Parts: sequence; structure tokens; C-alpha cells
Amino acid sequence: MPLEVPIAVITLVSLVLYVLMGGADFGGGVWDLAARGPRRQRQRDAIADAIAPIWEANHVWLILVIVLLFTAWPSAFAAMMTALHIPLTAMLIGIVLRGSSFVFRKYDSRRDEVQRRWSRLFGISSAFTPFVQGLTIGALATGDIRVEEGMVRTGFFAGWLSPFAIACGVFALVLFAFLAATYLTVDTAKDPDLQEDFRRRALASGLALVPIALLVFLTSRDGAPAMFRGLTHWWAPLLLVWTAACASAALAALWRRRFALARVAAIGQVTTILLGWSLAQYPHLIYPDLTVHNTAAPEITLRLLLIALALGAVVLLPSLYYLFRVFKRL
Amino acid sequence: MRAAPAMARTMSREHGGGEAVVLLTGIRAGIKLVPMTDLEFARAQMGMSLAFHILFATVGIGMPVLMAMAEGMHLRGGNPVHRELARRWARGTAILFAVGAVSGTVLSFELGLLWPEFMKHAGAIIGMPFSLEGFAFFTEAIFLGVYLYGWDRIPPVAHWLAGMMVAISGILSGVFVVTANGWMNTPVGFELVDGEFRNIDPIAAMLNPAALHEVIHMTLAAFTATGFLVAGIHACFLLRDRRDEFHLTAFKLGAALGCITIPLLVLSGDFSARRVAELQPVKLAAMEAHFKTGSRAPLIIGGIVDEENMTTRYAIKIPAGLSLLVGRSPSAVVPGLDQVPRDEWPNVALTHWSFDIMVACGLFMLAVAGWAGIQCCRGRDIPKNRWLLRAFVVAAPMGFIAIEAGWFVTEFGRQPWIIYGVMRTSEAVTPMPGLVVPFSVFTGVYLFLSVILVFLLKRQFLQTAPDFKDN
Repeated sequence: MPLEVPIAVITLVSLVLYVLMGGADFGGGVWDLAARGPRRQRQRDAIADAIAPIWEANHVWLILVIVLLFTAWPSAFAAMMTALHIPLTAMLIGIVLRGSSFVFRKYDSRRDEVQRRWSRLFGISSAFTPFVQGLTIGALATGDIRVEEGMVRTGFFAGWLSPFAIACGVFALVLFAFLAATYLTVDTAKDPDLQEDFRRRALASGLALVPIALLVFLTSRDGAPAMFRGLTHWWAPLLLVWTAACASAALAALWRRRFALARVAAIGQVTTILLGWSLAQYPHLIYPDLTVHNTAAPEITLRLLLIALALGAVVLLPSLYYLFRVFKRL
Repeated sequence: MRAAPAMARTMSREHGGGEAVVLLTGIRAGIKLVPMTDLEFARAQMGMSLAFHILFATVGIGMPVLMAMAEGMHLRGGNPVHRELARRWARGTAILFAVGAVSGTVLSFELGLLWPEFMKHAGAIIGMPFSLEGFAFFTEAIFLGVYLYGWDRIPPVAHWLAGMMVAISGILSGVFVVTANGWMNTPVGFELVDGEFRNIDPIAAMLNPAALHEVIHMTLAAFTATGFLVAGIHACFLLRDRRDEFHLTAFKLGAALGCITIPLLVLSGDFSARRVAELQPVKLAAMEAHFKTGSRAPLIIGGIVDEENMTTRYAIKIPAGLSLLVGRSPSAVVPGLDQVPRDEWPNVALTHWSFDIMVACGLFMLAVAGWAGIQCCRGRDIPKNRWLLRAFVVAAPMGFIAIEAGWFVTEFGRQPWIIYGVMRTSEAVTPMPGLVVPFSVFTGVYLFLSVILVFLLKRQFLQTAPDFKDN
């Protein structure tokens, strides 16, 4: 087996973990923006308490994905950064504003107009960033970005403005919000009113995912034909059934207030979605020109990278487990 | 080694629409106003992002050490002031660390967004230190979360250990990133065949010749800068009330860190300069505004650099000073800028002045540390010496100014190369036009954040300082 395959698997795992952890932090910001009703301040406080100790660590998964990309597939990284310069720059602005406004609000503990403004900026950038991330990921599958002799030939607007990419953006946004609301039902166990608020939000966003997923599927017919073909492979129905099972289980568990179970089911649902997406896309990094094979770094780099990843995991995984054990109910 | 054909090709499409940019700059052209090209905007954006990030990265390396010191003292002696100090510092550090984390993310993307040709060729070679840095930073972020929010959730010793983990992983992540920078300055671990990097050896690249002195110098600089900053801030409060136990303790810890590391930093600076003279003689020549190769080379301090006439006017010149510093002998021959063609010169004035500013700041801090050391040895109480406290206040920003100036030396001095002697910066830049837009947006955002940060830290400091006395 060529070494780029295990690294591709690790990259995918990192991406899944970024969505499950970092994505949910963005989703928390979305619910901060959408805080309504008599308990809106308590909702915001609960969101802040839930994400404050972990968001920076969660965010590093994205950096890990980027580092893996540019070490293992440097020319594909260069092409992505060139073709998607505009949305990626927008995403970075979102990341900077989200992180800064969150700590500014958290540490500027006066409840005044200034703090409300930070709160709004935090919410808006939390909603904006996942949308752009969805656009970017979606663009890679469209086939609109063409690379010849290592040069991007299709300019700076290809792919990410297509209906398929936009559908992916909306999907990412709602998915992150759903994850966040589901996690928050567990985090607010001590406050039944708040738990009820987040339960309703989780149910609403979970249900909203169904038509949006359908929209992604339908737009992929024209917008990302390879993805569409991939989703009609023999394994696709299996994944689809499994995703549907997880989604139904999550919604049913939320309905019956089995929140711990709902969290597990939601994690299963999101993991399967990303797995299906990556299988449909495999082996392409940028469809149709760049694959994990034809852009892979020399073998020595890949081998050393695998060793570094193994060593890193020895430090990282116990540390991460400790972090979540201290702050979250595992 | 010369620029390879494949890269020369990219040069031809260098920043097509760049000249259309209307934004004018005075720095580039002196008095004449000339539009900046896309390449220059890319460099400006990268430089600005790095200059912004390095402030927070430095604090992220230095503060955990101070917090761990204070908390360790509390664990041993049980003095509540030490614990309170660690807590206060932690609050300030939390804000700065978050801004550092997001601005660091920006940089990891900007490597590709602005310099795709560079990353395409260098990614496989220097991905190694970046991956290790990824893990070090991950560990740092995890334990910072534990540290900041775990005061009442975990046992005190575990909490202190979490602080130590933050400090160690913070130092390590700095080490790995600086290693990658070392490779850009002294690229090794590959063979250049027809413009392709062949037979790459990522380990050799990581252990490049510049890595050692850069790593030592930057790590020490982070400690010195943070130490003097903390000492200076608390010296401000001591000038108002020198019996305040809280500020006194804080001042002593900060001053100790700064004063112990500054002599080592100056020594490592001398080591670095001699290594640069060996490895990148052109950079050293630009640092010293040394145009003509020769023995008995004078040490040129300040002055107006005239690249056209290859001279520096109105400078302080110490005869044979440079030969002595570099070669340890007045007759040592020091290669000048005349060794390479004009188009391979860095900006001499910028490199030279940045270098002199860095050295001046370093020597000022060394003098303050020496003064404090003498006072200490004589058994005098430093806080009673108002002039010494004032000197610490003046020295507070010096470490950070020196770090910025030092990185200006490293980065401007490397130009026009992005990989020293192998790939020009102009060959690496993105074909993306209109780079004035992201440059302006990021500059605006970072300026905005800086203003807010100053405001918030000040408000937080003044707000929380008095309540301790009430306890």
C-alpha cells in the first residue's frame, strides 16, 4: 500500500475530529447569534462555558489538516491555495474575528453595550466561517478547478460559487449548528429550562438537515457529477442507510430526552456523512486533475511524517482525553 | 546554485495586474510615489502577519514560564500572593494566547495563499518541523485550557504540571517554527536537478546550519522580552506604591527572568552574528552596511545608507570593529556586498537599521540588568531606587522592539531570496491579482484588534489590581 493512503486516512480522521469538535464550537456561536426568549442571556452563558476551555485545542485540528496537506501533498496544497484564495482568505478573517471576539467578550466581563457588540460579532463570524468552509470543500469536487502542469488554469472564481458549493456551505452551517445544540443538551443537564431550549434547537436543525442534504445531492448531479456517481456506488446505499439510521436515532433520542444517546448518534451521523463524502471523492484532492497519488510527496517525507504522527499521537491523545475528562462528561 | 528554469517561467507571469494598483507608498520609493506591485503587497501582508503574530507567540512562550514559577512558589511556600499572581497573569495570557492562536492559523494558510510556488517545492522538505510544531501547539492549547479553567477542578500539583506542560510545549513549538525559518536561510537536504528538488532529506533540512543559532537566540529573546515587559509594567505600579506586595512579587519574578536571560541573549547574539557571517555573508554585510570587501573593516553604527554610491554617511565608525567582531582579529577579511551582483542585495538601509535598533535595545536591557545586579549584590532594595524602577519602565517594550527588529534583519536580510540562493521571493508569489485587498483587510483587522487589546488589558489590569488588597 502506498504510504499516502494511511496519511490520507489520518488527514480524514483529523478533518472529522475538526468538524465534531471545532465545528460544534462554531455551531455554538450560531446559537449565540440566534439566542431568543427570556433565557437568552443564560443560553449565551451556557454556550460560552461549554466552549471556553476547549475551543483553542479543537481549532488545532484544522492546523493539523493544513500541515498534513502541505507536507504530504505539497503541489495539491499549492493549487488549492491558489484557486481558492478568495474564500480561504474570507474564512481566515472569520476565524480571526470569531476567536478574538470570543475571548474579548469572555474576559471583558461587564454586561454593557460593548460586550453585546462582541457577542454579535462572535455570532456572525461563527455563522460565516462554516459556510465558507463548506463552499471551499464543495469546490474541490465540482471539477471546475483545472490544474495543468502544476498551474491552476481556471482562475480564482472557479467552483466555489457554483450552486453545489453553496449548498455545501449551507449544509456545513446547519450541520455544525445541529452538533452544537445536541452537545449543549448534555452540557446543560443542571438547568432543565436551558436543556429544553437546546433540545428544541437540536431537533429543528436536525430536521432542517434533511432537505438541505437532499439539495446537496440534487445539485451534485450537475455541479459535481463525480461526487454524484460516487454516491451511486455499491457501498453508497449502505452508508446512506447507516447515516439515516444515525440521524433518526439522534432525533428520536432528542425527542425522548435521551441526550447522551443523542450525542453519540449525532457524532455517528456526522462521521458517516464525512466518510461518504471522502469515499465518493477518493482518490481525488481536486477533481479531476489532482489525486492523493499523483501529488504525493517523496516516500521519505511520507515515512517520516507517519513516524512524526505516531509520536505526536502518543502525546496528543492522552492529553486530549484528559482535557475532555476534566471539562466534559465523557 | 541559480534559479531553475521551471521557476524562471513563473517569474515571467510575475504580478500581471499589479501596476494597476493605485495605492501609493512612500517607503518604497523614497520621495517619489510609485504604485506597489502585487509582490510587494504579498510581502507586506506576510511581514505584517508575522510581525503581529510574533508578539503573541513571544508572550505565549514567556508567560507560562512566569506563571509556572509563581504557582510553583505558592505550592512550596503557600503564600497566597503567588497564587493570585499566577491567576492574574493567566487571565491576561488567555486573551493574548487566543489572538496568537488565530493569527498563527492565518500564517499557516498564508504560506500557501501568498507563496504557493514555495510551498509546492518546500512543503515536502520542511513539512517535518511544521508537523512537529502542530503537535507541540496542540499540546500547548490543550494544557492552556486545563490551566486557565481548571483552577478549582484539579489538584494543585496537577494544575502546576499543566502550567509546566504549557511552558514546555510553547518553547518547543517556537523551536520547530524557527527551525523551518532556518532552512529558508540555509537550505540543505536536497539536490536541485533541472529545477526540481530531488533526493530530499527532511531530517537534514530540519537540522540545517542556521537552526541552532536562530533557535537559541529566539527562545532566549522570548524570555527576556516577556521578563522585561512584566517587570516594567509592575515597576509602573511600584512607582506609585512601593510597598504593594503583589506588584513587588510580580516585579521581582519578571525582572529575575529578564535579567538572567539578557546576558545569555547578548552572547547568543554574538554567536548568531558570527554564524551569519559564515553562512550568509551577504546578509551580514547588509546588517553592517559593509559594502566593500576588506580587512580592518570598520563597525558602522547608524548613518544614512547610500546604496548607489556604496557608502554610509554620518555613521559612527569604529575602526576594524567589524573585523574584530566577526573574525576576532583586526586583520580579518570581511566580505562586503560587492561580492554579489546588485540584484542579489537585500535592502541595505532597512536591514542595517533594524540590526542596530535590535542591538541598541539589547544593550540597554543589558545595562539595566547590570545596574539591578550591582544593586542586588550590594544588598540594596531595588524598589527603593526610583531611577532603577524608571529604567525598567523604559525597558518594558525594548525586548519586543528588539524581537521585531531582529526578525526584520532575518527576513529583509534574506531577500531577494525566499530559499536562500535557490528560489527568489518573486518566483514564489501567487498569481493572484489585487493583493492590495487582502493586505488592507488584514492590516485593518489587526490594527483594530491591537487597539482593542490595549484597551482591554489596561481595563482588566486597572480593574482587578485593587481588589486584591481588600481580600
